[in-house]
Amino acid sequence: MSVPRFWRRIKNLYNLIGTHCEKCGGFFYPPRNMCPKCRRNGIVNPFKFKGAGVVVTYTIVHTAAKDYAKLTPYILAIIKLDEGPSLTSQVICDHSQIHIGMRVKSAFRKLGEESDKGMIYYGTKFVPMEEKA
Amino acid sequence: MRDVAIIGVGCTEFGELWDKSFRELFVEAGVSAIEDANVQGGKIDALYVGNMSGGRFIEQEHLGALIADYSGLASLNVPSTRVEAACASGGLALRQGILAVASGYHDIVVAGGAEKMTDVGVETTTDALAAAADREWEGIMGATFPGLYAMIAKLHMHKYGTTQEQLAAVAVKNHHNGTMNPKAQFQNEISIETVINSLMVADPLRVFDCSPITDGASAVVIAPAEIAKKYCDTPIYVKASAQASGTISLHDRPDITTVDATVAAAKWAYKMAKLKPNDIGFAEVHDCFTIAEICAIEDLGFVKKGEGGPATESGMTAIGGKIPINPSGGLKACGHPVGATGVKQAVEITLQLRGEAGKRQINGAEIGLTHNVGGSGGTAVVHIFGREK
Repeated sequence: MSVPRFWRRIKNLYNLIGTHCEKCGGFFYPPRNMCPKCRRNGIVNPFKFKGAGVVVTYTIVHTAAKDYAKLTPYILAIIKLDEGPSLTSQVICDHSQIHIGMRVKSAFRKLGEESDKGMIYYGTKFVPMEEKA
Repeated sequence: MRDVAIIGVGCTEFGELWDKSFRELFVEAGVSAIEDANVQGGKIDALYVGNMSGGRFIEQEHLGALIADYSGLASLNVPSTRVEAACASGGLALRQGILAVASGYHDIVVAGGAEKMTDVGVETTTDALAAAADREWEGIMGATFPGLYAMIAKLHMHKYGTTQEQLAAVAVKNHHNGTMNPKAQFQNEISIETVINSLMVADPLRVFDCSPITDGASAVVIAPAEIAKKYCDTPIYVKASAQASGTISLHDRPDITTVDATVAAAKWAYKMAKLKPNDIGFAEVHDCFTIAEICAIEDLGFVKKGEGGPATESGMTAIGGKIPINPSGGLKACGHPVGATGVKQAVEITLQLRGEAGKRQINGAEIGLTHNVGGSGGTAVVHIFGREK
């Protein structure tokens, strides 16, 4: 991913900032600048999510894309945040511990890197709720 | 709107075809389709071509023009349009061709699909395919395509008790069908043990749960139903063409184990054809991963939600079963040149309905359905074909 493309999303990726529609009350993460329900009538503003949620489903990725190969095997999951929206991220925990319905919370982590000299991506991953992040 | 028929079909062999270029592949498929239809090149009004990622796979865009040119149709200035919807590109190209003829705008149209995936290394291929998901919110988090479908599988197993063996049964069946298809990439039998002992890609999906990387092209010739018999004895009529959109990201889908775009496209297609799931004799569905076929037969209404696994294990979807699924071998065994797949499905239905499917012929086939999906469910295309209007 190019530098400007990543840079533009830093606030969302680092701090779990999505959007909220004041018209219908919908919460969006990833952020959307148009409310999918109210469309043009929506009033959409930035919203910082608390970072608590539950694992909807997960997998353990053994074969990854090039930039993520060093991380394998890693846990990829869909997490439903307590405010409503679901997102895709990684869960950092023992592989025997992960399960559907597990409570998790957000943590600032390295996402990946392009090469030894390339850009390093940081962002939000998740850890088990009981663990100190 | 006019009734529309398929009057000719063509398909290259599917596989790792290192000695054939992109342009050689689509010319071969196109020529065999127009020879099958007995149509002269000068009669062709328009071309529609499904292709997902020529820019990444062969560093070539502007494929409509390339195809018209190398098919000898640039000198006649025949309009040629590339259509893209990730793995559903072929199904969409077919639909564009059908709409063009149905509307009366064109008479004879060639709808094709082509993908050349092995000119680049597997890392580039994987990355190009990952572009069918949301790059900014799935890809950057480490999501791969097998990873996304693995998450569907994990939840399906959790909610409905679907087993690893039931997933494997899809691959075993499709490989068996592939042994009877001389164009298939894999023409060998495999066992449940082969699948469940193969390399883990993304838990619970293993290598043998995944469709392969494939080169190939396919094409059909479409004409108004009223003149179809001038060209061929057994035109295959298009009874319905439906397309639906869903969220591009899996995490935004209302139910992870249901492709709601498939449900919507199927609902519209059945309504258009005045048919019910029970009326469908057989189908070619989008089995990019074994779990995808299980979800497809549920979402298309052939079995209830959650019963796709046991139904597959029972032999219901085998040739000779109640509703044969993927007689061609599907994406799993016939291969998955992404842009070509949706058109290849229509080629298989046509051969089956004409009674020309050789060893894999389904007896008494009257009505067939195709189901083509882009990404994890952002696009779904359903077509229904019959021997009668």
